[in-house]
Amino acid sequence: MNIQSNKYTYIYSTIIVLIVATGLAIVATALKPAQDKNVEIEKKQNILTSLRVTSDPTNAEVLYEQYITDSYTLNSKGEKVSGVDPFTVNLRGEMKKSAEERNLPAFEAKLGDSTFMVIPVYGKGLWGPIWGYVSFLKDESLPGGQPHFNTIYGVMFDHKGETPGLGAEINQPFFMDHFQGKKIFNEQGEFVSVEVVKGGADPASLYEVDAISGGTITSKGLEEMLEEGLQPYQNFFKSNN
Amino acid sequence: MKNYQLLLNPLNDENPITVQVLGICSALAVTVQMKPAIVMALSVTVVTAFSNLIISMGRNTIPPRIRIIIQLVVVAFLVIVVDQVLKAYVYDVSKKLSVFVGLIITNCILMGRLEAFAMSNKPFESFLDGIGNGAGYGLILIALGTIRELLGSGSLMGYQIIPQAFYESGYQDNGMMILPPMALITVGIIIWIQRGYNRKLIDKS
Repeated sequence: MNIQSNKYTYIYSTIIVLIVATGLAIVATALKPAQDKNVEIEKKQNILTSLRVTSDPTNAEVLYEQYITDSYTLNSKGEKVSGVDPFTVNLRGEMKKSAEERNLPAFEAKLGDSTFMVIPVYGKGLWGPIWGYVSFLKDESLPGGQPHFNTIYGVMFDHKGETPGLGAEINQPFFMDHFQGKKIFNEQGEFVSVEVVKGGADPASLYEVDAISGGTITSKGLEEMLEEGLQPYQNFFKSNN
Repeated sequence: MKNYQLLLNPLNDENPITVQVLGICSALAVTVQMKPAIVMALSVTVVTAFSNLIISMGRNTIPPRIRIIIQLVVVAFLVIVVDQVLKAYVYDVSKKLSVFVGLIITNCILMGRLEAFAMSNKPFESFLDGIGNGAGYGLILIALGTIRELLGSGSLMGYQIIPQAFYESGYQDNGMMILPPMALITVGIIIWIQRGYNRKLIDKS
């Protein structure tokens, strides 16, 4: 057999490619369940982090079952949508729709006697996507019509590839801890979100946190993510189901 | 060359990083901590060994005109398999290594060994050569990871090594150690030390 010939070269490369493609298809299919499981566990860990519960991959599922009592998908009117699993809602796709058309996932949690609502958010940083989970403490004492989920209890942010040391710091506790105790509705019950202020936020303000120096675009993206992501929930927060 | 030499030479006299200066990019990028360094070292060893083995088995049938492409296809196949396995079983490490696993494909050590060794040697020898070179690469990676994690974060494998009392009396981690430039300087120091005792490596002219 002449291994220099064109015919041989074509046949050889075709066979190699077929073998490799089959091999990869088998490997990918065989490992898919384990990989999906990892992604699911990571998501549960993120939700737990926003509730200030520390977890590791081995106990995340148990803790999640323990604390998350209910989860549902809502529309912008605050009504529950049936038939959409809130855990698998693709936020990236939802954010492209207008606020009225989005499926809005929400996770209800109970720690001790308090009720919490965890809302996932998704937005753009400087280099790529940023995302997070924001948990709200339920204020049982308010009369109807007032937002019952107003005070941020904890947040969890992460990013794909923000600048290390600058924008990437959004997933560090020193930044995320600033959000604890902030409010997203003002005293008149209007939605104001939380502002990320460059050059020092007023520590007394309930609606501002410090931006990250040198990470302006990431900080702005984060502010926009919170506003865009939380705004459609306001009817739900006010309706108090 | 004897089989044991195939395994041991790349650790010292023919080390891919410190002597041949190949695979530097990933050596700088993934050695901030020991754990990713070890996983990267193992991944590269597995890929080098098996791509050497596969290419060597087929060396007499590979059409010479497309041999580099065939080598790349084999390496790419193995790298994707390694990446998928890491994603399935050590998810946190695979997130830390992110693109660098994919970039094993472009690691010069791999193509170097395939062209220089596997294309002209028997499968078993090629396999050993692959393990040897992967280990030589891994040795430097782990050494770098140890130095950088110890001085840069005060820990090893994520466990704190430098006692808390040191920090309380004013000791600080060296932030430079976490950044790539310091990795390059550390590689330089390792090369310097190695040549200090291994006279064979010094260029006579």
